[in-house]
Amino acid sequence: MIETILFFVLAATSLAGAITVIAARNPVHSAMGLLGTLFSLAVIYVVNLAHLVAAVQVIVYAGAVMTLFLFVIMLIGVDKAEERDETLPYQRQLVIGLAVITCGLAIALATGSGFRWTPAAPAAAQAPNGTIENVAEPLFGEWLLAFEATALLLTIAAAGAIALAYFRRGAPEEVAE
Amino acid sequence: MDLTDFLLVLLRVVATFVLLLLVTVLNVWAERKIVADMQNRIGPDRAGPWGILQTVADGLKLFFKEQVNPRKAEMGMFVLAPFLAVIPAFLLFMMVPWGRPIEFADGSTFPLQGADLNIGLLFVLAMSSMAVYAVVLAGWSSGSKYPLLGGVRATAQAISYEAALGLAMVAVVVWMAASGEDGVMTLSLSEIVARQQGTYLGFLPRWNIFPQFGAFLVFFIAAVAETNRAPFDLVEAEQELVGGFHTEYSGMRFAMFFLAEYVNIFSMAALGATLFLGGWNGQIDTLFGWSTPGWLAAILPTVYFLFKTYVIVFMFFWIRATLPRLRYDQLMNLGWKRLIPGAIGWLALTAVVAAFWRFDAPWA
Repeated sequence: MIETILFFVLAATSLAGAITVIAARNPVHSAMGLLGTLFSLAVIYVVNLAHLVAAVQVIVYAGAVMTLFLFVIMLIGVDKAEERDETLPYQRQLVIGLAVITCGLAIALATGSGFRWTPAAPAAAQAPNGTIENVAEPLFGEWLLAFEATALLLTIAAAGAIALAYFRRGAPEEVAE
Repeated sequence: MDLTDFLLVLLRVVATFVLLLLVTVLNVWAERKIVADMQNRIGPDRAGPWGILQTVADGLKLFFKEQVNPRKAEMGMFVLAPFLAVIPAFLLFMMVPWGRPIEFADGSTFPLQGADLNIGLLFVLAMSSMAVYAVVLAGWSSGSKYPLLGGVRATAQAISYEAALGLAMVAVVVWMAASGEDGVMTLSLSEIVARQQGTYLGFLPRWNIFPQFGAFLVFFIAAVAETNRAPFDLVEAEQELVGGFHTEYSGMRFAMFFLAEYVNIFSMAALGATLFLGGWNGQIDTLFGWSTPGWLAAILPTVYFLFKTYVIVFMFFWIRATLPRLRYDQLMNLGWKRLIPGAIGWLALTAVVAAFWRFDAPWA
């Protein structure tokens, strides 16, 4: 019962945040809307007993939105609202059409697959204190190679980004201390 | 969950909350007294004995003051920011166990902490990364240039020092995994405290600060930076930015930022005491084989915990009175070129030592 109420409240806040992201004229408001959406999703994860996923969601995305915030202030300027000129012809009509199709598909899938608001959780899923172990065991056991390969990939990406930014004009410039 | 369970949970959350409020009121006064002492001043001495009611007086004054709304402020965010400062500050402390769990006759226990989460440390990190939003939003929504500069500084500072803070915690978690019974890592703070019981070599308390001194140094420096305290208080540098992010705030809204800062100091110090100083573990009564009466044995852990926390809180006050503020490039250099590489190096060293301890040397 309480899960259902929480779901509706959090679904409403995350939708409100999502709408703010695209509807707000001020880019900082958009960033805050994104934060609200991500935070609501994190609380939904907690309700579903996925504590680790919720914590990671907040830690990773809070930092990411913070960086976005900084870029907005630095690149766009403090008081400037976004220009509303659309570059694609018929953009709005296209978006409305796509939205209707997506909603229709979602409703068809939901009704076709016997969807219920309160799924009967299996009894084993009620243990709230095992999420880290449950994630860590497959990650560092069965999928260790894939995990390490991803880590290597990210390191290469970071090194590449630094190399692109640093060695843009031939030799590296002396950085003033 | 029946009503008794619910009331018990409510009781411990409220008890933790009240404890935090009480020590915060004391801390504001204590800081002014200690810093005054270090600077050969008297400090507050009018309200109550030794001026101990100064914070209450200040709080009441701020409560009745007018709240000025700047004309160019974004009112929604401007009003929201103080709340965003206070809420994570209080939530962070909810994870910290501040006393030995009370055991009842029927075997059930009542832990003295707001909540004992399996992901305790991650929750702490999440909350400390949420806390910076208050500063940034306050700075941005004030619609004034000095608060904005403070907010932008806060962003970069928080991102830089959060990494070092997290890496220092990871070293502790790795070490705790090696010293645990089954070699399994834990992020639960009550479990981390439980694993620091006992002694090394019979006399040295089994606290993490002894094997993990490097991690403690990094943690402490990063914690000072995360709470925006001197010498890392660039977000509110008076000589450069008037008041920094809270320049435009007045009355109760300013009081909330002030409250959040002191709650954060205590929470971070309590976290340091929990991770590195053994939390509520104490050795005085067991080490000398004294027979402590039951009521004393129940209270002593909380006394140990508060004492250890206040040692760290005192260090916060001490370096504020001692060190000049860093320049911004020095702040960034310290964060990225010293603390983070240092923390990674320490983590690698810890991992190697822990692996040898746990699994013996590969050639043995």
